[in-house]
Amino acid sequence: MSDNQNDKQQAGSQSCGCSQVDLEKRNFLIATSAVGALGCAVAAVPFIKSMTPSERAKAAGAPVEVDISKIEPGSMMTAEWRGQPVWIINRTDEMTAELAKHDDQLSDPNGEVTSQQPAYCKNASRSLKPNIAVVVGICTHLGCSPTEKLQRGGDMGVNWTGGFFCPCHGSKFDLAGRVFKGSPAPINLVVPPHKYLSESVLLIGVDTEEKA
Amino acid sequence: MTNKNKSEDKSKLAGVMDGTLNWVDARFPLTSNIKAHLTEYYAPKNFNFWYFFGSLALLVLVLQIVTGIFLTMHYKPDADLAFGSVEYIMRDVPWGWLIRYMHSTGASMFFVVVYLHMFRGIIYGSYRNPRELIWLFGVAIFLALMGEAFFGYLLPWGQMSYWGAQVIVNLFSAIPFIGPDVSEWLRGDYLVSDATLNRFFAFHVIALPFVLVGLVVAHLIALHEVGSNNPDGVEIKKLKDKKTGIPLDGIPFHPYYTVKDLVGVAVFLIVFSAIIFFAPEMGGYFLEANNFIPADPLKTPVHIAPVWYFTPYYSILRAVPPILNSQFPGVAAMGLSVVVFALLPWLDKSPVKSIRHRGGLYKAWLAAFVVSFLVLGYLGTVPSNVWGQFGAWMGGADRATVVARFFTAVYFLFFILMPWYTKKDKTKPVPERVTG
Repeated sequence: MSDNQNDKQQAGSQSCGCSQVDLEKRNFLIATSAVGALGCAVAAVPFIKSMTPSERAKAAGAPVEVDISKIEPGSMMTAEWRGQPVWIINRTDEMTAELAKHDDQLSDPNGEVTSQQPAYCKNASRSLKPNIAVVVGICTHLGCSPTEKLQRGGDMGVNWTGGFFCPCHGSKFDLAGRVFKGSPAPINLVVPPHKYLSESVLLIGVDTEEKA
Repeated sequence: MTNKNKSEDKSKLAGVMDGTLNWVDARFPLTSNIKAHLTEYYAPKNFNFWYFFGSLALLVLVLQIVTGIFLTMHYKPDADLAFGSVEYIMRDVPWGWLIRYMHSTGASMFFVVVYLHMFRGIIYGSYRNPRELIWLFGVAIFLALMGEAFFGYLLPWGQMSYWGAQVIVNLFSAIPFIGPDVSEWLRGDYLVSDATLNRFFAFHVIALPFVLVGLVVAHLIALHEVGSNNPDGVEIKKLKDKKTGIPLDGIPFHPYYTVKDLVGVAVFLIVFSAIIFFAPEMGGYFLEANNFIPADPLKTPVHIAPVWYFTPYYSILRAVPPILNSQFPGVAAMGLSVVVFALLPWLDKSPVKSIRHRGGLYKAWLAAFVVSFLVLGYLGTVPSNVWGQFGAWMGGADRATVVARFFTAVYFLFFILMPWYTKKDKTKPVPERVTG
């Protein structure tokens, strides 16, 4: 078998008679291969694109309207937008006042990471109305949904002033969704785009037009 | 019928069989392949207990493929139907419970035998020259297997399936710049949804099994090209019988090792059956309790833990703190902790291959690595506050997190310092021939 191959190789080199390279043939082969590779790359595009969100998935991501009139002060409700839990928390005045008191324990008290809230919520309470907080309830660590620990103290210890605790990896957030230092989560919870259609109806998924 | 007649019949039959074999051999290399890979493939005669796990991994692969085919006959890859179809398999399909438990237990047993098989390669230096490619194919098999297990775990569409997938897919979001787009592309939606389930099903039942089988074939071809290593780490091909050219310390794989491996298969199947029949969930380690609750995108289980075979790497992920508001370092460390095995052939500078001829320094580092792997594996199954917190002198940090950080460092030092300690290690002389 291997003898045969040797014979063939010898025969081949004899017919060429030398080790000259046919440059024209080589360039042709390189060009053909390059065009072929390009064709394969272009043909891969539809397959890769087919894995992006479909039109149906995009449609399901439409804005949702929420009636917030029934949330008691000091409690919260969960709405669903794009399949994600969106928390709407009706903070008491005491809770709102508390927000300013623990800035030194927070990683980003002033919302400097601008991707985490719209510009109209980059303020002390991270909200449009001081008492009503709207936050996506997905931990910025690895996407678990934190548990509500709205009240002071309790099983969170005497220093706890109310907020959220992620059961997966122990991240802690305050009542404005701001992350406490030492949590695995690197940044604050996301405030989704939202606007008030009336005093008690909230539209999640659409930005408030900035007043000039 | 007389005896003479009987033997004539026999020889007639033998003639027909020979004829058939010749006919096939003229058209397909049957006999030559059986010789090359079984009857005239010479393996070292001193294989021990550790050499069962390669053939056992092949057995489990076949079991997973066969049980998997039968599960797909009843399973529905649809977010509304998936959970119910698994319960249907467990309750209504005749023997469905057995096939399903064989498949779910098989996944864990796959990792048991593969981890032991990898450990064998490490202690006997089976990754060393000239077997680097066998090892690299092996690492690729390990990666494909992890992918296969991850995609498969989403399919029952239980709470742990769902949130496990959510956590793992979000790992890709941590990649700088392109991360969020990559994870959206993987999910095919803004959250883990029906689209995600459907494509994970495709990866699990067709794409990765193809890759896996292809890699296993490449692993075996490379192995049979250079020949097996052995517990002494000596090359049996160096000393051959001058007449026959057969290695002096080699014995044909068939019948010697086929028979030996069959004993391993019997013992393995006893253990495997015992688990399937008496502890298919293995106390929550093989099948987690939360996975018997249907997936709910709005409610995270109180404690998310991956299945046991991923926990060492998961611990490393949790142990690395975010740097510059980015969790990418943790994700990178986790990826590295798996891929770093591929570098072993080039990190090990020892003049000897097998642990039998190594000195105390290497053994101490290996022991430290094994302890790290086990401790990290345990910590990955429990919440990070399991051992409470340190006092103010450590800033009130979780004890378990600090321990995980320490062992993560040991884990990586085993690899990083390997060129140094394997060179410095006081090795013993290597015998000329295998010692049995």
